[in-house]
Amino acid sequence: MTTNVTVHRGELVTPTIMRWRRMFFMLPGMAWISAFLAIPCLALVIVAFAQRGSFGEVEWTFSIENLRRLAGYDLFGWSPDNLRILARSLWVALISTVLCIALSYPLAFFLASRPQKTRGIWMTALLIPFWTNLVIRTYAWLLVLAPGLPVAKFLSFLGLIPEGFPAYPSEPAVWIGMVSAFLPFVALPLYTAVEKLDWALVEASQDLYANRWRTFWTAIWPQTLPGVSVGATLTLVPAMGMFVVPDMLGGARYMLVGNLIEQQFGSARDWPFGAMVSIALMMLTLATLMIVGRKGKGAAR
Amino acid sequence: MRKSGWFVTLMALGVFAMLYLPLLCVAIFSVNASRLGLNWGGFTLSWYTKLFHDGMILNAAKNSLLLAVISTAISTILGTMVAIGAQRLPWGKKASRVMEGLLNLPVVTPDIIFAVALVIAFGALRALTGLFELGLPTMIIGHVAFQIAFVALTVRSRLQAITMDLEEAAFDLYASYGRMLGTVVLPLLKPGIFAGAALAFTLSLDDFVISFFTSGPDSTTLPIYIYASVHRGVTPEIHALSTMVMFLTIVAVSLMQWLSARSEKKTAEATA
Repeated sequence: MTTNVTVHRGELVTPTIMRWRRMFFMLPGMAWISAFLAIPCLALVIVAFAQRGSFGEVEWTFSIENLRRLAGYDLFGWSPDNLRILARSLWVALISTVLCIALSYPLAFFLASRPQKTRGIWMTALLIPFWTNLVIRTYAWLLVLAPGLPVAKFLSFLGLIPEGFPAYPSEPAVWIGMVSAFLPFVALPLYTAVEKLDWALVEASQDLYANRWRTFWTAIWPQTLPGVSVGATLTLVPAMGMFVVPDMLGGARYMLVGNLIEQQFGSARDWPFGAMVSIALMMLTLATLMIVGRKGKGAAR
Repeated sequence: MRKSGWFVTLMALGVFAMLYLPLLCVAIFSVNASRLGLNWGGFTLSWYTKLFHDGMILNAAKNSLLLAVISTAISTILGTMVAIGAQRLPWGKKASRVMEGLLNLPVVTPDIIFAVALVIAFGALRALTGLFELGLPTMIIGHVAFQIAFVALTVRSRLQAITMDLEEAAFDLYASYGRMLGTVVLPLLKPGIFAGAALAFTLSLDDFVISFFTSGPDSTTLPIYIYASVHRGVTPEIHALSTMVMFLTIVAVSLMQWLSARSEKKTAEATA
């Protein structure tokens, strides 16, 4: 009898059993992810080069027509609309990320300065709003910015919006919505970084008569950069593809990539073009992440 | 620990105000008697009683809950299995790289891409099999697909912290692999599994995009209902509904966190 028995971490098993065991544990979960996420994402690339049939079905004739359309060429010549949407999405995502970082610093220092006993409570208080569904949180901003309420009244007093109008749709309203959607994604990693901060460096900087601004950039920023970089990644990815917030707070004319994709799969029923826009979004996200990642690494050195 | 200056404290409290003001606003308007306009018309709970007589809303609430519970149950089982398989069984270099890639996919891709990919996958499967009509089952499939990775990553990080010697002791005492799992690994891993399940549940409740793309006409969830009614025009019922959802989410998530903390404490006491 030639049974091939090996000892693996104190257990006697045959390689065959080991193989079956691996399959048993991994196959169901991995097959699920592959079948419904990974392979469909790859299939997007194929669909993107197909055509829309006359009834909104996918017609399997391949061309680069959708790519040309994305770049702005159609029957009537060239228009910058689609490229403008891509650029605007990138811009809004970057602005929201920067705002999140700026607001997270005081939050992180505040949390880190709470006594151990109450810190958990403050942490939970920070997270509670984010457990609520994004649609409800965004909808809540519609109410805050509604006409006749203090925010809109103040803005019309400053002459920024006409009397009796709401403070949306507008670009700043979209920023606010984005920030209140993604804040903890930056605040929590940053808090971890601030907690580990070496205060000796901050004191040294103060001893050398650096002002607050200089102290922040030379002693605090480099030390907390890993936290910022994680937070920026976690914010940029969902911010690029967001469509709820611009849809509700940005108005019909303020389109981001997410809205364009939604339109293709909803009212326009043009899956191939929608797939092409999705690929563009994926590329844009990856490129941004790579640049942010490299910046973070370079600066940390 | 250091004290924060007054400026930092003020800014931080301002941020907290910014997070809570909108929610508070909704809650206040949900008990406002005036139907139109935003002036105060006195206290009422009638919008809440109306909710419980609205068949559409009750149906949407039922769908939301079913979706979250079923998808969490499936993804917790599959995710835990993946975590054990990935952490405790030997893998080749290539295989583990593919695995790592698959598990990190949901973290680095915007959710709208997944939603679109799911729509295309269900479209193709529908053409092939005649099944996969958009509805609650397709939404569950979609939610599980992104929850598995988060459960697996959570459970795996706990598993890494558990040393191998207890498992080896079990084998020395002639336990079979199944018996070892049941008596050693799973009890020790319980807090991790709870944490993973809590995360999956929260993700499901928090999701709008994937549900929105993969839902059918009868499988409206509460977020989809609210989103649609914002486009029709805001009504006090929606304020009441949103307040209810907020309240229930907070209760549900707090409960899960408490349960997870308690099981962690128990495990710590048992192993001490």
